[in-house]
Amino acid sequence: MIPAPFEYYKANSTDEALKLIRDFGEEAKFLAGGQSLIPMMKVRFARPTKLIDISKVQELRYISLDGDYIKIGGLTTHRELEKSSIIIEKIPVLAHCAHEIADIQIRNVGTIGGSLAHADPSADYPPVVLALNAVIVAKSIAQEREIPINDFFLEAFTAELRPDELLVEIKIPVMKPNEKAAYIKIGHPATGFSVVNCAVKITLDKEKIEKARVAFGGFVTVPYLDEKVGEFLIGKPANIDTITQASELVAEGREVIGDYYADADYRRHLAKSVFVRVMKKALEI
Amino acid sequence: MTAVIGKPIKRFEDDKLIRGLGQYVEDLKLPKMVYAVFVRSQVAHAEIKVNADQARAEEGVVAVITGEDIEGKVGKNFTAWIVPNSNQVGAEISSRPLLACRKVKYVGEPIAMVIAESKERAFDVAELVEVEYKELPAVASIENAIREDAPLVHEQMQSNIALKWQIKNGDVDRIFSESDRVIRQKIYINRAAPVPIEPRACIADYNFSNGKLTLWVTSQNPHIHRFYIANVLGIPEQKVRVIAPDVGGGFGAKIDIYNEELLACYASMILKRPVKWVETRSEHFVASLHGRDFLVDVEFAVMSDGKVRAIRGNSYANMGAYLGTVSPGVASVLHGLILPGPYAIEAFDYTTHAVFTNTMILDADRGAGRPEAIFVLERMMDLIADELGIDPLELRKRNYLPSGENIQTVTGLSYDSLDFSKVLSKFGEVSDYEILREKQKKARQEGRFLGIGVVSSIDICGFAPSPVVGAVGLQAGQWESAAVRFHPTGKITVLTGTHSHGQGGDTTYAQIVSEILGVPLDSIEVLHGDTDMIPMGWGTYGSRGTSTGGSAVYRAAEKVREKGRIIAAHVLNSKPEEIEFENGEYFLKSDPQKKITIQEVALHANVGWNLPEGVEPGLEAQSFFDPPNFTYPFGIHLCVVEVKPDTGEVEIQKYVAVDDAGKIINPMLAEAQIHGGVVHGIGHAMFENIAYTDDGQILTGSFNEYALPKAHFIPRIESYFTETPSPANPIGAKGIGEEGAIAAQIAVANAIIDALKPFGVKHLDGPYTPARIWKAIRGNLAKV
Repeated sequence: MIPAPFEYYKANSTDEALKLIRDFGEEAKFLAGGQSLIPMMKVRFARPTKLIDISKVQELRYISLDGDYIKIGGLTTHRELEKSSIIIEKIPVLAHCAHEIADIQIRNVGTIGGSLAHADPSADYPPVVLALNAVIVAKSIAQEREIPINDFFLEAFTAELRPDELLVEIKIPVMKPNEKAAYIKIGHPATGFSVVNCAVKITLDKEKIEKARVAFGGFVTVPYLDEKVGEFLIGKPANIDTITQASELVAEGREVIGDYYADADYRRHLAKSVFVRVMKKALEI
Repeated sequence: MTAVIGKPIKRFEDDKLIRGLGQYVEDLKLPKMVYAVFVRSQVAHAEIKVNADQARAEEGVVAVITGEDIEGKVGKNFTAWIVPNSNQVGAEISSRPLLACRKVKYVGEPIAMVIAESKERAFDVAELVEVEYKELPAVASIENAIREDAPLVHEQMQSNIALKWQIKNGDVDRIFSESDRVIRQKIYINRAAPVPIEPRACIADYNFSNGKLTLWVTSQNPHIHRFYIANVLGIPEQKVRVIAPDVGGGFGAKIDIYNEELLACYASMILKRPVKWVETRSEHFVASLHGRDFLVDVEFAVMSDGKVRAIRGNSYANMGAYLGTVSPGVASVLHGLILPGPYAIEAFDYTTHAVFTNTMILDADRGAGRPEAIFVLERMMDLIADELGIDPLELRKRNYLPSGENIQTVTGLSYDSLDFSKVLSKFGEVSDYEILREKQKKARQEGRFLGIGVVSSIDICGFAPSPVVGAVGLQAGQWESAAVRFHPTGKITVLTGTHSHGQGGDTTYAQIVSEILGVPLDSIEVLHGDTDMIPMGWGTYGSRGTSTGGSAVYRAAEKVREKGRIIAAHVLNSKPEEIEFENGEYFLKSDPQKKITIQEVALHANVGWNLPEGVEPGLEAQSFFDPPNFTYPFGIHLCVVEVKPDTGEVEIQKYVAVDDAGKIINPMLAEAQIHGGVVHGIGHAMFENIAYTDDGQILTGSFNEYALPKAHFIPRIESYFTETPSPANPIGAKGIGEEGAIAAQIAVANAIIDALKPFGVKHLDGPYTPARIWKAIRGNLAKV
């Protein structure tokens, strides 16, 4: 199909992109990998009148180790994350998550910054960055600010980004030896997008769980950190009984979305099952 | 030369397609071409008012055509199948208006055609056509449509029943009263879409200097398109040329003649410019035909030993709002006649119904009526096996018809050459069936739920002889044409009335010609898909390509060989009866050293300097082959699944197909057809589903919701063949395009339901999605 008419601008640097968005305001959209935006424009669900193409802004494409953090440039592609030796070594769950996204063609073009800013509740990254306690760096021509991931996902397809801001960096704490993480999704057979997905990061103190971050997506309008489940796990032995008991709390009190393929009842149940699988995978039990 | 038939030769067609050098309709551009986009109905049933004034005033707009603009000026799009003794509704009601006029009857129905100088403009302007809807009660499902108080799709009718056709043979009631058990089940086979990789497209180009209309179109049967254009638009048939260039898959979707294609022709005639239309993928889900969507209620009369004696019941096929090109036959003849399958049944009483609803038109989707029949039959066989405690494979063995040629069925068919003993024997060698049953038992003890589906299937292919086809109401012939033409240089052009759109017909036909004429494969070119170039023919569908079209090629090549023999005898100073032909050479029986190649004979024939008296120049022959019977490929398929009861997820662990399609020309292509068909069947069972709300809104109208099977969902498919040649054609071939899809959908379904047996699940309608399986298990949790 053919998108509604729009003007196209190409930015060669972050500054140039930020100046353009300042001037254009809400009628403009950044075009990074275009793997979500372009299909939506083609069916005319999205109708931005101006596109600012940032896909060639090389300064936003990097993966680097900086102290206790890995810093990832917003234009880093899924494929680069999947294949990055630093990511595979320091945050393997993120490499796995990137690998789970769509197919190689899409991973070669789609970017982590674009995906997070798009805030699709069924996308792969949200529960993983929530579990990993990432920090989002957003920049406008006026300022740069850090957004804790807990505050980032606001509504379906809406993230905590102002109209003049660009997501420039994701900071993720490096995994420590006593930290275990895993991610599993159950994809819709049509799109591969999650019907339910779940990521966990567990900090172990010998046999016991010292800290737990458990995050979900797919079956809710906003990906979220399940604090009830996380709190329940603290201080408990890292075993099947604990996991089973914790699974009963999954999505408690949450409104669950459903559709023709998988209704809310099923998704709520599936979330519990997926949680059990993720925990077993993380704890290797 | 060794035999070419039976060799796994790589397809000639693939090289250019893999390199992206195919020439599809979308690739073609003509000078002064304009682009069409359709405004479609957003609601299922409504009175409409269309206002196109603003759109027409826009820059770059060439025309906006509405239903009122063409009313009375063009004909309607009619069905080509009138089922006898069925009270089929008349064409005045069942035919589609090319554009909706005053009323819309399904979501996606074309309302206005916007034509602009560019594709982009056409899309923009289409948004400016205003449609005012006054909604009327709609009906989408069969169950709602057959209710007494159902809203009527066509107000002129008394009910939504478009036709009712009964097949009855034997004393059904007596046998039912004598039987030990009666097993009854209501079975629904959900709607699907054929979804070829290439959506539909066309370019119509009317040349007003000579009154000739050329249509490039994604067609499986260009001559049928020509016939329709001539009829609907009132153009003499010789003034219509239809070209189907490279076509990216059909699966039935490109059999039908569609409104958009007829409208492109009409628009080109009034605008005197070429008009192009390319379907978008979202459009495809509401504008190209759907398949399946059958509701069947049957009962089987069985004896305690598992012998099935009689079947009776009713089927209802959801036709959508109008009748498709062949959909009345899909709902009745193609479905009911094969329902008893390969089994010896004494009596049969089955009434098929076609039902109108406010949905997209249903028609032939890979198998067309037969997959639904075999689904019902084989689902019932599993229910019977379960009820009687007989192994499902054993139950089938107890019911097979005898092996042999021209085996009569209870519905009056005559199976050309049936031999289940051969298929069973091969199946026994390759399937590990008994071991799998043991494995299943063990797994259940471990709390793992394996399911095994083992099904027999049979297809009706090569849908001819033409007099029989005519007698069951198809307003067409089903013979096939071919021409084999030697050029002066000894190279060959083959023309076929079938159309290859992925099957590999160019390669298999070349193999047939190479076998008969002893010429190298690379000296043969097969042409199809241009009505000005090809003799009248009926296209490709219903697994008729090789058995019917290939046989015409075979016969034409034989005629060429025999004419060549006469010329060779003359050149060698001998008599035709003294001439042998082998490996492309004619030689004297008495003196094999005296010989001449067929290419040399072709040169003689083409220059005409030295021909026997009374023999015309040229070396070319045509054949119009009408087989004496249908062909009936058959087989046994096995599917093993594991179901995770906690989430309803299904993993297919094993798939074995043993098929008998008669003589196989190219085993690699035959296997490919089975692979494709099985994937199609797995898709229909587990993923593919066209769903409507009760008021006719489509829920799965894009690839966001409609799932095709991906490579990683598919197990390794083990495909084997037995060869029982068909007596119905000179090759002995039966057809292989649909068999995989027919068998796989029910093999997967039966495997999944078998896995659910410990949960008390006896029957479940598809699609077999995790959520539905989980619910089925949960609904019966008390019984675990």
